[in-house]
Amino acid sequence: MSRQSNRLHQGGLIDRTREISFTFDGRALTAHPGDTLSSALLANGIHLTGRSFKYHRPRGIYTAGAEEPNALVTLGNGGRTAPNTPATMVEVYEGLEAHSQNRWPSLKFDLLAVNSLLKPFFPAGFYYKTFMWPRSFWYRLYEPMIRRAAGLGTLANESDPDHYEKAHAQCDVLIVGAGPAGLMAAREAAHSGTSVLLADDHSFPGGHLTGEAIEIDGQPCAPWAAGISDELKDMENVRLIQRTTVYGRYDGMTFGAVERVGDHLVPDSATPRQRSWTIHAKQLINATGAIERPLVFTGNDRPGVMLAGAARVYVNRFGVLPGRNVVVFTNNDDAYRTARDLSQAGATVTLVDSRAEEKVSARGILPEHVEVHFGQCISKVKGRSHVHRAMLAPSGTELDCDLVCVSGGWTPSLHLLSHVGHRPIWDEARTCFLMKEPGNDARAAGGAAATFDLNEVLSEGAKAGRAAAKSCGHGSPGNSKLPKAENLPAYALEPLWRVPGSVSRADAAFVDLQNDVTVADLELAQREGFGHAEHAKRYTTLGMATDQGKLANMNALGILAELQGCPIAETGTTTFRPLTAPVAFGAIAGQTRGKAFRPVRHSAMHHWHEIHNAVFTHAGLWMRPYYYPRKGEDFAAAVKREVLSVRSSVGMVDVSTLGKIELKGPDAGVFLDRLYINSFSRMRVNRARYGVMLREDGMVFDDGTVSRLGPDHYFITVTTANASAVMQHMEFCHQVHWPQLDVQFCTVSEAWAAMAVAGPNSRDVLARTVKGLKLDNDTFPFMAVGEGTIAGAPARIFRISFSGELAYEVYTPAGFGAGVWEAIMEAGKPDGITSYGTEAMTVMRTEKGHVAGPELDGRTTAADLGLGQMMSTRKDFIGRWMTDRSGLAGKDRLQLVGLKPVRVDETFHMGAHLVNDQGVTGVDVSQGHITTSVYSPTCGHFIGLALLRSGRARSGEQLYAVSPLHDESVTVEVVNPVFTDPNGEKMRG
Amino acid sequence: MHYSLGSIIRNAATGHKHWPKQWREPEPKKAYDIVLVGGGGHGLATAYYLARNHGLTNIAVLEKGYLGNGNIGRNTTIVRSNYLCPENSQFYEHSLKLWESLSKDLNYNVMLSQRGALVVFHSPAQRDAAIRRGNALRLNGVDAVLLDAAGVKKLVPAIDCSPSARFPVLGGMLQPRGGSVRHDAVAWGFARGADAHGVDIIQNCEVTGFRIEKGRVRGVETTRGPIAAKKVGIVVAGRSSLVGQMAGLRLPIESHVLQCFVTEAIKPVLDTVVSFGAAHFSIVQSDKGGLVFNGDLDGYNSYAQRGNMAVVENVAASAVSFMPCMSRLRLLRHWGGINDMTMDGSPIITRTPVKGLFFNGGWCYGGFKATPASGWTFAHLIANGEPHPLAASFSLERFESGLVINESGTGPLPGTH
Amino acid sequence: MRIPCPWCGDRPLSEFTYGGDASKKRPKHPEKASAEAWLDYVYLRDNPAGKHTEYWHHSGGCRAWLKVTRDTRSHEISKAVLARPQSDGARS
Repeated sequence: MSRQSNRLHQGGLIDRTREISFTFDGRALTAHPGDTLSSALLANGIHLTGRSFKYHRPRGIYTAGAEEPNALVTLGNGGRTAPNTPATMVEVYEGLEAHSQNRWPSLKFDLLAVNSLLKPFFPAGFYYKTFMWPRSFWYRLYEPMIRRAAGLGTLANESDPDHYEKAHAQCDVLIVGAGPAGLMAAREAAHSGTSVLLADDHSFPGGHLTGEAIEIDGQPCAPWAAGISDELKDMENVRLIQRTTVYGRYDGMTFGAVERVGDHLVPDSATPRQRSWTIHAKQLINATGAIERPLVFTGNDRPGVMLAGAARVYVNRFGVLPGRNVVVFTNNDDAYRTARDLSQAGATVTLVDSRAEEKVSARGILPEHVEVHFGQCISKVKGRSHVHRAMLAPSGTELDCDLVCVSGGWTPSLHLLSHVGHRPIWDEARTCFLMKEPGNDARAAGGAAATFDLNEVLSEGAKAGRAAAKSCGHGSPGNSKLPKAENLPAYALEPLWRVPGSVSRADAAFVDLQNDVTVADLELAQREGFGHAEHAKRYTTLGMATDQGKLANMNALGILAELQGCPIAETGTTTFRPLTAPVAFGAIAGQTRGKAFRPVRHSAMHHWHEIHNAVFTHAGLWMRPYYYPRKGEDFAAAVKREVLSVRSSVGMVDVSTLGKIELKGPDAGVFLDRLYINSFSRMRVNRARYGVMLREDGMVFDDGTVSRLGPDHYFITVTTANASAVMQHMEFCHQVHWPQLDVQFCTVSEAWAAMAVAGPNSRDVLARTVKGLKLDNDTFPFMAVGEGTIAGAPARIFRISFSGELAYEVYTPAGFGAGVWEAIMEAGKPDGITSYGTEAMTVMRTEKGHVAGPELDGRTTAADLGLGQMMSTRKDFIGRWMTDRSGLAGKDRLQLVGLKPVRVDETFHMGAHLVNDQGVTGVDVSQGHITTSVYSPTCGHFIGLALLRSGRARSGEQLYAVSPLHDESVTVEVVNPVFTDPNGEKMRG
Repeated sequence: MHYSLGSIIRNAATGHKHWPKQWREPEPKKAYDIVLVGGGGHGLATAYYLARNHGLTNIAVLEKGYLGNGNIGRNTTIVRSNYLCPENSQFYEHSLKLWESLSKDLNYNVMLSQRGALVVFHSPAQRDAAIRRGNALRLNGVDAVLLDAAGVKKLVPAIDCSPSARFPVLGGMLQPRGGSVRHDAVAWGFARGADAHGVDIIQNCEVTGFRIEKGRVRGVETTRGPIAAKKVGIVVAGRSSLVGQMAGLRLPIESHVLQCFVTEAIKPVLDTVVSFGAAHFSIVQSDKGGLVFNGDLDGYNSYAQRGNMAVVENVAASAVSFMPCMSRLRLLRHWGGINDMTMDGSPIITRTPVKGLFFNGGWCYGGFKATPASGWTFAHLIANGEPHPLAASFSLERFESGLVINESGTGPLPGTH
Repeated sequence: MRIPCPWCGDRPLSEFTYGGDASKKRPKHPEKASAEAWLDYVYLRDNPAGKHTEYWHHSGGCRAWLKVTRDTRSHEISKAVLARPQSDGARS
């Protein structure tokens, strides 16, 4: 096991008393608790961590935060494989496995690095101009090659063994970021009594203070921050969640956040890996700080080049010295602290400052022996797999080095302020975009507002906290004393979007590190007319990498503005979209996955179906018995037996899934008259009737039965599929169209279990179980409705038939469902009662010519389905007035017909089309299609329902039913859709 | 400059310093024969085909922002022609055929990738509907193949085809010629092609009104002054109602937001465009490696180009439920495009009550894949004054007659198509 | 998005179902309404960019249909009332 050669002997917020082991590309390494993967790798002297997207150039750790463009690794293995994870955000735990990606065969030797040599042929947008000759090579060769070369990590095709959960939170003030501004804002807001939620990305609070050697109120800043957070944790109105990324802001002050609950722990199945938060707040304080800008010069992507602020973090927070011979290159005063801290940690430091000496005020904080080159830039660094020399311009000085720290200034993080449509505005004085009008429910503080002086940050944070609390109706808590930080040099940035000077052909100056977008690419984009920021972005893929342009965008805009000779304000900015940082799908999905993706609905008799060997089918969310195979039976045999049992004796089917709505009130009948094409207000009490509803455009919406249980009391059933849509429609009609109608209604779908008892012996079976209701044909004829009891349970009984047999629907409160079902099955034993599933039901309704879902496909009118004569002409109802449009009344519409094969042993598929001639293709070839096809045990051959052009006039005609998908063509005859008992004698008998 | 192997090598040798602008940036003239309002994919395609097919080049395309900044650059890049209604399938099939030769035609690689478009079904009812659609396609001469669950698993191993899934996969309908296209390249390719024919593409030029005299269009008012025109075409997906209103049109359109989602780039995991019957959810992996997702419409009128969290959560849940290996994959970014949803789910390419004024819009979910055929048929309509036979059904009169083209069967509820 | 239901208070979007343009009115005397009136009612929409009055159903809540005024550019909701007229003498 290698030693941590770059670990300093002291300092840092790590636990030096414990050592933990981890592996990188199979190599065993050690770290201390408190390390991130990147700090641990640097401690072990490892900079090279990945290969770039396009040219496969060696890349090293570049940052210390979520914006890391280079050090993306694959964590774990099997179902826990997590590609593209920034090493900077991974807390090392015992046994952690990490692998580099986008290289083959190894990180040090990557064959696709050949792309780098072909770079002259691969400028931005090259693929639009090439790969076209010869044509077939594109899809045979070029495209598969591009696809294989693209992408970073690899996903394992396995299920994730970890679990995720969702949580909701409400607060007055949401503060994002627990740096100095966020902590002060939280403290002030909390003391005024508002409820505060403080969400922070890192494992402990302090923000950038955790990586600084600065004193506040006379103590080092990191413990100072810890003290404030301890104070907050003790307050009841504050919730502080660490390791939490607020990834998006949505309308109505709704925020999405993800908390990494178990990512820093040895994986186990008990702890959720991540928790996804939905947060509702009244006020937002965006204290997300700022992100340091890279400097753009030749070879600026080499391992060993790092942001100056990041280097400071590695020294101060982790006790790691990422280089011993350091060049710091800056255009502002902030990076002087990097030079100071690295120097104090033992490194030899040289500082290169692009500014003239008189603009610099920070020289004084550096030890005397630190050499400073004013008015100089690094024009190029050398070192293929690690930087070893920096060349300065214009002086031509060359500096040996093993680390180059760069700072191009700081870019405020405006993402959360921008997600709901506010536009950032360019601030020339502070050289950055700022959200000047964030709306009255959001504000920025600290680095996110381009405030970089620590004392100003602290006071601005406090002020933001007070203002947010005030907006929530909470007054000031009185004068709380502001902490006092040591005075630091001013920021004094002088823009440097790219180091001037020519770029050698063999190398490049990178603007977007991960996506390999160079200065030359931007120049090309500009040259070819893609100068608008959005065009340049899309043409070069700048800002589309995993860091979403956090590092690249500002420099790119600066360069484009220079190329166009216009102010940055005119170049425009690209829009910030959620997410602020990538989030795993698993976390956003939470528990909503697998079996729990959607709720499952079971009827009250489900358990009985299970123990009686039902095969279930999905009907929306419902699980319904499809058929009940007995030993040795396949699907066809079981369905045939079920049908024949019903037709010859008696059977029972679970119809609990039907939507059920109960209506009461003096206007209930009138209300129904306006909903259905036929009338119910004059229907006798204790009678049922089939009814059809239309949409306002004249198409059939739904069908079912309407029963009158009392003078002001109706009960309707609607199809399983439309149960909720019909209820919603009725509520709309009542609340919006006809509020004056005195009717109340309620969905009772779940309240009632329902079963249909059908077959010539159904009356006998029910007569044995039903008490309190006479079932003889005179007392209880077809379409009669009555109440009785079965096995002591109340039951509503409807003499309704879907199968065409003598049949009854029995409704009982759901709690009695299983008992009533079993009582009827028991009573039916002497008659050999059989349970039947939805397929036998389909067979029988098809034999009877009843329409169902496949025919009610939203494009059929009542007339198309042969139900036109039901339409009342004496009342207003939904859909009446648009049915006489020319297109709906035409004779060549698709109309419902029956079909049978000309040769009785032939079969046809649902979804087959009807054609006049075989083997012809064209738009007008299809004369219609088969909506339902079943084997009819009653007829002894296949039968079907179809929608056929001018179908009703074509009875007796022979057509082909073709299914090219099955390579099938069958001669069929058009017949009446009612195949059995056309006069309804059985159901009325 | 014609793109060829030679021009690539020459430019590589000279550091790519000599590539010309892909299109000019002309000042608007005072008058044109034809003004197209909207410099998106369809507008640029229309201009290109007006020039290429009809020899008309005195044309201006007016774009209020930068060209291609609307839906052409905000979609999931999918192309396919597997529509149920014959009017749609023949139209989109024509489009797919144009896609197949577009790179060559434009001398601009739009990176068509025909890796297949698969629609997965989960219940007997969905299967039967898929068979009906597949057979309709085959009868129209469009490719379609029926797969069972094993076939789906073989084609897309990432899909959970186990019986224990919440909605077990019964099979799928594959259109082998379906696939994806690099969306931005389509706008740029058509722009470059139209420009080469002499069409003026004028960016940062917003149309603020129409000049209509005695029922005939005479030109447009713009932020860069009035421009006269003999014929004007409105082709502004996402703003159809607003621009239409300036010309006095009241349309059967609602504008809704549809969100798109893209993940971090990963090595190839999905070679096919897949959509699922159990939820409004489709997915495609781009050539760059990112997986691009579509969910349902957010479901309310919007011009905000951003969506809400419920759809984000639903898409994530769909992803990990249908393809459990997606759980640790990270979502990178999501955004919204404005879909002009018509009352029957099918587009509108039509004359208007104003003489010389033509309208193209209401593309619902089909706008991107329709781009070439939309331009082709709209150019025909503008050039001849008569609808192209492939788009004759896409008239406004269909709402009066009732001969709507209702692909989903859900009626005049734009949010449900 | 959060919708302030007059009965239930601020509730998340996921509890609601959209019902479209609330300026459209079913013809008061349907039998006398012209084909154009029906075409307009069923199919045509203003579809403005800006304030839009629209129906929302609190389907995952109190089941009331609401008339909500919302800006289609910002999604900001300025008003939400019950769709059912409150003083039309409805017997209840």
